[in-house]
Amino acid sequence: MKIRIIGAGVAGLTCAYEFARAGATVEIVERASGPGLGCSFHAGGMLAPWCEAESAEPLVVRLGQEALGYWTKTVPAAETHGTLVVTPPRDRPDLVRFARLTSAHEKLDAAGIAKLEPDLAGRFDEALFYSQEAHLDPRAAMAMLAERLRDYPSVAFRFNTEAEAATEPVDWTVDCRGFSARDRLADLRGVKGEMLVLATQEISFQRPVRMLHPRHPVYIVPRGDGRFMIGATMIENEERSRVTARSVLELLGAAYAVHPAFGEAEIVETGSDLRPAFSDNLPRLKLIDHTLYVNGLFRHGFLLSPALARRAAEAVLKGTYFPEVMDADPCERQRA
Amino acid sequence: MADKLRLYDAELSSRLIVGTAQYPSPAILSDAIKASHAEIVTVSLRREAGGGRAGQAFWTLIRELGVRVLPNTAGCRTAKEAVTTAQMAREVFGTSWVKLEVIGEDDTLQPDVFGLVEAAGILARDGFQVFPYMTEDLVVAEKLLGAGCEVLMPWGAPIGSGRGLNNRFGLEALRKHFPNVPLIVDAGIGTPSHAAAAMELGYDAVLINTAIAKAGDPVAMARAFALALEAGHLARGADPIEPRDMAEPSTPQIGRAFADLSHA
Repeated sequence: MKIRIIGAGVAGLTCAYEFARAGATVEIVERASGPGLGCSFHAGGMLAPWCEAESAEPLVVRLGQEALGYWTKTVPAAETHGTLVVTPPRDRPDLVRFARLTSAHEKLDAAGIAKLEPDLAGRFDEALFYSQEAHLDPRAAMAMLAERLRDYPSVAFRFNTEAEAATEPVDWTVDCRGFSARDRLADLRGVKGEMLVLATQEISFQRPVRMLHPRHPVYIVPRGDGRFMIGATMIENEERSRVTARSVLELLGAAYAVHPAFGEAEIVETGSDLRPAFSDNLPRLKLIDHTLYVNGLFRHGFLLSPALARRAAEAVLKGTYFPEVMDADPCERQRA
Repeated sequence: MADKLRLYDAELSSRLIVGTAQYPSPAILSDAIKASHAEIVTVSLRREAGGGRAGQAFWTLIRELGVRVLPNTAGCRTAKEAVTTAQMAREVFGTSWVKLEVIGEDDTLQPDVFGLVEAAGILARDGFQVFPYMTEDLVVAEKLLGAGCEVLMPWGAPIGSGRGLNNRFGLEALRKHFPNVPLIVDAGIGTPSHAAAAMELGYDAVLINTAIAKAGDPVAMARAFALALEAGHLARGADPIEPRDMAEPSTPQIGRAFADLSHA
């Protein structure tokens, strides 16, 4: 069986890996010069299915749990230290609401917070701790996955290649182009996200810290080596690569509220891209002729890719039907 | 609700205006708006506009709902900024309606009434139909009407706070003072009972965003608000009884065989 994967982001590479492991011949076509340089490059890399329940459908929570085993065992790029959710005292109602809408958390007081993250000692009175959640560095994870794929003689990468240029016949094409697939998926939309990377040796976190705020929620993911990913805005527009002053101001303001030492950190990077989403913000596998579209991962690329890749491979190789991601009716998908 | 609400050139059956921010997904937003039976939705332009027309996908989705769009100037802090945003909105949405917000204070997102009156005057002269987001201040209301506004939108409480009608007395005074101006409670509503209370005060409509968008089930909450508004408005028209200090038995006491007169 010959499979062509278009797009070498997290969706493309996880799919490629499932097909390769199942014995298929896989060609990965990517217009950029290497793996993971699109949307995945700017991802937060939080594997936080339980936290996501605050704003995502139960399906995301369910599919997302498959990511924990995948990224800690199958492709062990993640560390499991949980997620810490905090809020300034005046926004405490947001923490109460967050606790109510999510599960698998424990409540911590100031001492509990200090024990987990000594640098946050005395800064917050209350927090929620999601001990089973994990995080990874998306760029390292993509490199690890690409390395695994290179070990398979049946897998070929074709970088700097537009999809149209790959014309040799294959049995199946798996389209993992993210927002670029809108030329085929008219109901796809882009949701802009902006992020920053800060560097400081003054703070160290073991795990992602989320701060709730009615207008400027923020998460801070430690990347090691004194680097922190600060993310991310969510704006309903499709402007791909412009980081606005206001967004930087908000992200930095929020990071500063988590810890003032971020005020002296170096801004190492700013980035912006479009999350691909359908109108229900749920992922889809869509079969059209001999092409399978894997798309709509929205803000959950690393969280949902393992579950979608497994289903994509089984759908193509065994003809299995997965209503939760394949049914045309969104209500049916959530019921499945 | 048989009687119609008139806002500028529009005649509406629904008294609920719904904001479109902060929903879990556009699909839920769309279902919630349908459940609310709202005929007007507000849309923020400032952020979604991006560098050009990048927000089209989201706006197309809103247009498909077939409701009137009331663009807002959320996030603007000066009269000038608000005027520019309103002009941009007119071009993008093809409507001269604008919900005018000029924010004066970051913690309470309280309107800067001075900038508001200034911007309202500029926009009204430019042919806009302005819906000003204001405090419940009578004098500010007079000035806004003088500037050309024909609708007023006093706050119930700070935006997103869910505290309901903070100053009932002030809102009631405003209603009595301007019996013929459409008044809409904008901001601060948390639950359907707050919205019903606003309608019982004689308000013409209520604008809700956070209380629906951030509810655990936004679609059910949207419907709850629609019902509350209908109840409150119907109650206002039905002439509620006056409150009194003592119980007034609803069945006649005289003629009852053994009436216990100590309770009468």
